[in-house]
Amino acid sequence: MSDAGQIRIILAKLGLDGHDRGIKVVARILRDAGMEVIYLGLRQTTDSIIAAAEQEDADAIGLSMHNASHMTLAPAMVKAVEAAELDTPVIVGGIIPDEDLQPLRDAGVAVVLGPGASAEEVAQAVRDAVASA
Amino acid sequence: MARAIRPIPELYEAARAGERRALGRLLTKVERGGDEADRISELAHPDAGRAHIVGITGAPGAGKSTLVSRLVSDLVTGGKRPAVLAVDPSSPLTGGAILGDRIRIDEGNDPGEAPSSFIRSMATRGHSGGLALAVPLAVRLFDAVGYDPVIIETVGVGQVEVDVVGAADTAVVVMTPGMGDAVQANKAGLLEVADVFVVNKADRPGALDVRRDLDLMLDLSHMTGQESDTGYRPPIVMASALNGDGNDEVWAAVDAHLAHLDETGSRQARRQHRIRTEVRARLEQAMARAADDAMNAPDGATWLGQAERAEIAPTQATQHLLHVLLQPTKEVPS
Amino acid sequence: MTAPTSSDSGRPDNPAYAEWRERYDAANLRDKPFETMSGVPVEPIYGDGPYPGEYPYTRGVYPTMYRSRLWTMRMFAGFGTAEDTNARFKDILRNGGNGLSTAFDMPTLMGRDSDSPWALGEVGHCGVAVDTLADMRDLFADIDLSAVSTSMTINGPAAVILGMYIAVAEEKGIAPDQLAGTIQADIFKEYQAQKEYIYPPRPSVRIITDMIQYTSAEMPRWHPLSISGYHIREAGSTAAQELAFTLANGFAYVEAATAAGVDVDEFAGRLSFFFNSHSDFFEEIGKFRAARRIWARWMKERYGAQKERSMLCRFHTQTAGVSLTAQQPEINIARVAIQALAGALGGTQSLHTDSYDEALALPTEKAARIALRTQQIVAHETGAADVIDPLGGAPYVEWMTDEMERQAEAIFAHLDDIGNGSILEGVYAGIESGYFVGEIADSAYRFEREVNNGNRIIVGVNDFTDGDDGEQHILRIGPEAEEYQRKRLADIKLERDDDAVAAALDAVTAAAADPTVNVMPPIIAAVKTYATLEEVVMAMEKVFGTYVEKAVL
Repeated sequence: MSDAGQIRIILAKLGLDGHDRGIKVVARILRDAGMEVIYLGLRQTTDSIIAAAEQEDADAIGLSMHNASHMTLAPAMVKAVEAAELDTPVIVGGIIPDEDLQPLRDAGVAVVLGPGASAEEVAQAVRDAVASA
Repeated sequence: MARAIRPIPELYEAARAGERRALGRLLTKVERGGDEADRISELAHPDAGRAHIVGITGAPGAGKSTLVSRLVSDLVTGGKRPAVLAVDPSSPLTGGAILGDRIRIDEGNDPGEAPSSFIRSMATRGHSGGLALAVPLAVRLFDAVGYDPVIIETVGVGQVEVDVVGAADTAVVVMTPGMGDAVQANKAGLLEVADVFVVNKADRPGALDVRRDLDLMLDLSHMTGQESDTGYRPPIVMASALNGDGNDEVWAAVDAHLAHLDETGSRQARRQHRIRTEVRARLEQAMARAADDAMNAPDGATWLGQAERAEIAPTQATQHLLHVLLQPTKEVPS
Repeated sequence: MTAPTSSDSGRPDNPAYAEWRERYDAANLRDKPFETMSGVPVEPIYGDGPYPGEYPYTRGVYPTMYRSRLWTMRMFAGFGTAEDTNARFKDILRNGGNGLSTAFDMPTLMGRDSDSPWALGEVGHCGVAVDTLADMRDLFADIDLSAVSTSMTINGPAAVILGMYIAVAEEKGIAPDQLAGTIQADIFKEYQAQKEYIYPPRPSVRIITDMIQYTSAEMPRWHPLSISGYHIREAGSTAAQELAFTLANGFAYVEAATAAGVDVDEFAGRLSFFFNSHSDFFEEIGKFRAARRIWARWMKERYGAQKERSMLCRFHTQTAGVSLTAQQPEINIARVAIQALAGALGGTQSLHTDSYDEALALPTEKAARIALRTQQIVAHETGAADVIDPLGGAPYVEWMTDEMERQAEAIFAHLDDIGNGSILEGVYAGIESGYFVGEIADSAYRFEREVNNGNRIIVGVNDFTDGDDGEQHILRIGPEAEEYQRKRLADIKLERDDDAVAAALDAVTAAAADPTVNVMPPIIAAVKTYATLEEVVMAMEKVFGTYVEKAVL
């Protein structure tokens, strides 16, 4: 089987935010796009996500944020990835105002997906992030 | 991809030294199969052979993952270094998979705490015996780098999954009340491979019925050769993984089974059986690949074409192709 | 054409109508002419019975509905520090709002203090931060707690927050029996949808039954439970799932409280509900009407309620936050107006209208005011409040009501089945097995696929996308709130009597360990010592443990 290109992505809710409607939909979208999705669930820490990323040899880490805490937590995740000497791209989706897009990219977030991204856009964004990592 | 390429021996040594990132990467290579996987197998083989290999299976919704999470948590508390290989089905349509289902209890809840367990999800990736090759190799790798026990968790619905669990030192089959599980398990061939039964959600009505059904089936000696051969009768443990009730008993039964294997010398026999099964699977895969190659080779295509045009019978084409297939093309490694 | 002037014209021989009319005529009505904009007088109700205020209450829980009193315009507010929110509360009261509704920030909702590592970046963001009694005091500073009705949207640590509210009122000289309001405390929907749980389900329900017992005895004007479908819907359920899961949760609480020895008529009259009003206008109205009918039937027939009040499904409604789009946010005002109208035509008792900019962040003050004005337009300009259940009798609306009921009953039958004849056990089993989250995730995915493949049009998102000027005015909560809260908490921890705190917390743990003791009195005693929210929560966690969700996709 030629599954060398099969993308493995970790999806997680970082912090206390319990809004998991979006991330569950994204999990299914990515599965339907042929990816292997490791969903860690709610209330994850940067440490627990790094531990899973190492063990699962993930190609990407996807976070969903609906709590206005993205400006704190997303950069913290990027720093944790760097500290663990991983090169896993961090992808952030959820409720992100336009004016936060560039600051998040500057902080090292590979892709920011706003509300209203279509299934194809989500899957393609993950592929692109993994390809350019 | 700009990932730093580290040679396999370096990754292997790093994994032996406890670097989880290296082990994670090696497992990916194991899953992909091919030459790199073979290389890893050869490296790991001499270092493996110590871990207690435990297979856990049961129908979807039986509470396996909750049980495994609890067991892992207890094992870590008891100073062990358990590894879990959690096998989930891939979508047959897209090849994608959701490998959700795991509560990483010992690593989720306290910021800053490092795990001493290792949990790896593996998708079945469809067909072609990939799982039958990848699982024994992943288990060998866990064993070689120092994880013990190595727990393989599968959803016991397909023959491959049942075979994988059946090849463990100790096979645990999880059932729940109200799902007609004993009968289902019998159909799937799980009863024959089980060394320990767990009736999970034992606080639910019907749990005692499941136990009675199991007892009855075990009484019919043709259901299990074990009891007549060695005097070992698989115990039935009542548990409630969610509350943690009975988890100690589950692991005690698993340990007792291992002791039984050691006493009767059957652990060695299981190991041999495992090797035999793995070699057989590898051979089958090699043969299947060779069959594809033969059909695509110029000679093969000729015979095939004649059969397609009805100039020769398919049986004759097969005979000719077999001849092509068996021509030695590869050097056998010394 | 002559407008009907006699109030019972055309129905002189109908005894049911006469009976209803008698109750209607005896009631106080709003002091205004009930006539159309063009001066045509209108009857209080059209069509057949059962009339409003009569079993099974499909057409309304009260005989006069909005002819006596409009719904309560209850606007949800909370952000930053307690002082910030207090200012917003006063603003709402000044602008004609008549109920306060408190949103807490995520750490508070999860029973964590502002100095917890989990609170990093979350303090004051989606609501107000409350760590100690001092914050609660600031939150309600200069507000007469005996004159307002306060709703507090909190679940996991609800008992502790209620304890703080009682203690603050006591400082103001207001006894618990004068306090009016609601605390959400609906833990089932947390496991099913909103995910703000702390303890496992059974101990959580024990705390809730303690709160029900305590408020039944001490706080007759308090609603100890607001059984909420809102979050189930926001998480992606269908209208029928929202209806069914919510009412099933209600039945489960009734079973839990009666099992704890409280008579059903002692508390059922103080239960209230909270529904979502989404954009499918007629489906929503059918859902609201079905909710009243189902609740009344089950309370009477299955749970043996005798008092009328126990059978009334009284509910708060909020427009669907999840329907708000980040694209062309101004058009959300139109969505909210339609959803608010559905709530009014569905007979809600109170209503929160969302602000158009909420898809992105907390509402700005202007957006919050527009939202309040929107429901004021529905109440005062449309005439929708002048006739009771104006859509009742319309074939489509009656069919939809029946259909919602039919779908809900099928779900009740399933829960009854997996609970072996107990809805309470069925709800526990459904939580444990991931039934609820799985059903909701399936519905959410189906919806997203429809939007994605264009079978469902969302204006501004997958069609009619021109006109997004990209301008966003966002209310941002800076790090100041977090810094302020941490500093304040540190100061309080220095000043308080640590021995008194420790002793009070031990008493909470002891009460938690003894199911025959009510946890409320020791919680109230503990918060008075300035024990923090997290400390009290942890004092119970020692006994109850924590809940970790099994991720179901």
